[in-house]
Amino acid sequence: MSTRKVEIWVGIFVTISIAALIMLAFKVADINASGNGDTYELKAKFDNIGGLKVRSAIKVGGVVVGRVSDISLDPVDYSPVVSMAILSQYSNFSDTSSVSILTSGLLGEQYIGLSPGFIDETVDILKAGDYIEDTKSALVLEELIGQFLFSVGND
Amino acid sequence: MLLDMFARNGRRSLDWLSGVGAATLMLFGAIVAVPNLRKSFGLFISQVYVVGVRSLTIIAVSGLFIGMVLALQGYTVLVDYGAENSLGPMVGLSLLRELGPVVTALLFAGRAGSALTAEIGAMKATEQLSSMEMMAVDPLRRVIAPRFWAGFFCMPLLAAIFSAVGIIGGHLVGVEWLGIDGGNFWAIMQAQVSLTEDVLGGVFKSFVFAVVVTWIALYRGYSAIPTSDGISKATTDTVVQSSLAILGLDFVLTVFLFGG
Repeated sequence: MSTRKVEIWVGIFVTISIAALIMLAFKVADINASGNGDTYELKAKFDNIGGLKVRSAIKVGGVVVGRVSDISLDPVDYSPVVSMAILSQYSNFSDTSSVSILTSGLLGEQYIGLSPGFIDETVDILKAGDYIEDTKSALVLEELIGQFLFSVGND
Repeated sequence: MLLDMFARNGRRSLDWLSGVGAATLMLFGAIVAVPNLRKSFGLFISQVYVVGVRSLTIIAVSGLFIGMVLALQGYTVLVDYGAENSLGPMVGLSLLRELGPVVTALLFAGRAGSALTAEIGAMKATEQLSSMEMMAVDPLRRVIAPRFWAGFFCMPLLAAIFSAVGIIGGHLVGVEWLGIDGGNFWAIMQAQVSLTEDVLGGVFKSFVFAVVVTWIALYRGYSAIPTSDGISKATTDTVVQSSLAILGLDFVLTVFLFGG
């Protein structure tokens, strides 16, 4: 095997491998989708976040506009505070917007549904770091069943 | 009686320790030496050909079939729960995190590691290594170093090819044959697979496996008893020890990278 042929084959090998790595990075992991664009942060306090996780999606009408960037407890009243990194191109939510924790399908992943509020001259636009006041907590199946059993027992 | 037993254990431990020491010295001598870049690069390229290019077929074919089998088996379980759309992340994550690096390393140990051991063992048996020393050529630099770097360089690339081909195989079975929606297959996989944790974690794993497998193969060859019997034993040792090392290390690495 001449040196030239060896070099050509090694070149082909390296090219294929780099193509494979690029495919893994872009097609499989999709580096663009997960918060690589410019984002700003909104916060919301919930009573119960259920199974929400960091990196869960934030959707407006089913369209992903951001991801959960951090979940922590409020140091004063111990209620969960969810920080949401929202893409900067969607920066026009008013402070009458509301967020609720929803589930995709019966047993699917939980995500945050953001419903934009109305906009007129009396309301402010949410800025980075603002809290969304109107929140609905996650539906916890066990609590729901508990309530149901309790109401059946009362009849 | 009892003392004999202690003595036997002690002798074995000392033998093992001195083996580890000799192997470390060999590796140290090979990789620390300042290389003559122009000369070594040619040696390196020809070893990449032997170690990497020639393993390409077995890696690509195994990757394709493992991806296809994963998709087929995953589908039969997931379809019961109506979750067959999660086939994409299942195939992708299991290939990137575990099967890609591990199976590549196992195949690499069998295909390239055994060849390295046999080659160096034969060099030793025909006294080529001693003649190099006679000519003031350091066999560690001339023989061991290019092979080590070639293994270190090739394994992550082979693992990436394995995972990519496997995911294409999973796509073939899942989407083309079993009729999962192709958009869902890719989109859910992209939502679940993270670049830093899963893709780079897998690449890191295969770098570790590359060091371990190549090191064991080279040392087994370098320390082989220079007879046909000794070389055959060294080759067997290479495959057995590197396979066990890969599987054991994989557990430890998985705990550190993905666990907890």
